Amino acid sequence: MNLNATLIGELIAFVVFVWFCMKFVWPPLNGAIEARQKKIEDGLAASDKAEKDLELAREKAAEELKEAKTQASEIIEQAKKRATLIVDEETTRGQQEREKIIAQGHSEIESERNRVKEELRQQVATLAVVGAEKILEREIDQAAHSDIVEKLVAEL
Amino acid sequence: MAAEEVTLSSHIQHHLTNAKMCSTDAGLAFNKACADSGFWTWHIDTLAWSIGLGLIFLWIFRSAAKKSTTGVPGKFQCFIEMVVELVGDNVRDTYHGNSKLIAPLALTIFVWVFLMNLMDLVPVDFLPAFAGFVGEQAFGMDPHDVYMKIVPTTDVNMTAALALGVFILMIGYSIRIKGLGGFIGELTLHPFSSKNKLVMVILIPCNLLLETIALVAKPFSLALRLFGNLYAGEMIFILIGAIGLMQLPLHFVWAVFHIMVIVLQAFVFMMLTIVYLSMASTKSH
Repeated sequence: MNLNATLIGELIAFVVFVWFCMKFVWPPLNGAIEARQKKIEDGLAASDKAEKDLELAREKAAEELKEAKTQASEIIEQAKKRATLIVDEETTRGQQEREKIIAQGHSEIESERNRVKEELRQQVATLAVVGAEKILEREIDQAAHSDIVEKLVAEL
Repeated sequence: MAAEEVTLSSHIQHHLTNAKMCSTDAGLAFNKACADSGFWTWHIDTLAWSIGLGLIFLWIFRSAAKKSTTGVPGKFQCFIEMVVELVGDNVRDTYHGNSKLIAPLALTIFVWVFLMNLMDLVPVDFLPAFAGFVGEQAFGMDPHDVYMKIVPTTDVNMTAALALGVFILMIGYSIRIKGLGGFIGELTLHPFSSKNKLVMVILIPCNLLLETIALVAKPFSLALRLFGNLYAGEMIFILIGAIGLMQLPLHFVWAVFHIMVIVLQAFVFMMLTIVYLSMASTKSH
């Protein structure tokens, strides 16, 4: 139990061990721990940032999608309007065309009728003249009596 | 009965005796021949076991340090780093100065003292009996004259050496940080002080006495706390080992309890070292 030279030996051993630990053990271990801590810290920060970026991108995408939807519905609305407009226009045009055609037809019929009437009148006149000729049994001067015939025709 | 008692006490005595070595006029001498060699006696078992364990500590930690990566650590590296971080955290929390020495010092103390204390869990008779056998067979010695104390921290020389190292560092840090004047001032101008010069001169010896006692008490308490705890623990292991079959459950219980003592004493020694050095390097007064 007495203190003796062992004390000196142990003291030297202690100093050597601490020196060795200070030079070759502590710095690499502590350095590795600190470097890893830094790495993990950076990694966590990066992942946080990426998460935030992702959130932003998601928001942006949603916004853009919404905008696109609005735009699309606007375009569809416009197209519908346009279609209605075109249909209306075409209908009006068709109507006009129809009316025009009908009017044309009417006038054509009218002129045809007039022509036929004229022709008929001519024929009736001729017929009347022929009839009169037959009745009279003599040659009637056509030119001299044309005014009578004309009158007759006009009365028909 | 009387004879048996003598054997028991000599058995215990045998367990509590270090293997000694000294140089005499006739050359190197061992054990009983060294009975009156005075200070220049070496406890070769304490020296061998403590230095061996210290080398194991350095080898383990050095091999972890060499393989350490900043990437994903292996299990071995994780374990070593856990110890390093435990020590490092305590140093950072307690020691606020800037020193490259404190943390490795604390790590060395913690692990080395822990390993030395751990030898206490080796059943008390194994290694001494083995040493006696080897001594008898190889060197023709009387096995009762072969001593082997395998727990270096039960040798007061060991704990005193650690405490002395810490004490030298305490004084060194005090002088380095506060200057020689500051260190002497701390010893003499405190706790009693007076504005009156004459009164102050009278107070200085009182202060010096008190502060010196306070200063010297630190290494003493460090050395004796560790020594006392481990010596008592070892003593109880020896006593339990001497009571026959009943020792098995008792030994187990005491060993389990002792695990706590082993770690706790290593931790306390480390913590107090940090605290003392932190006190030595702060200008508080």
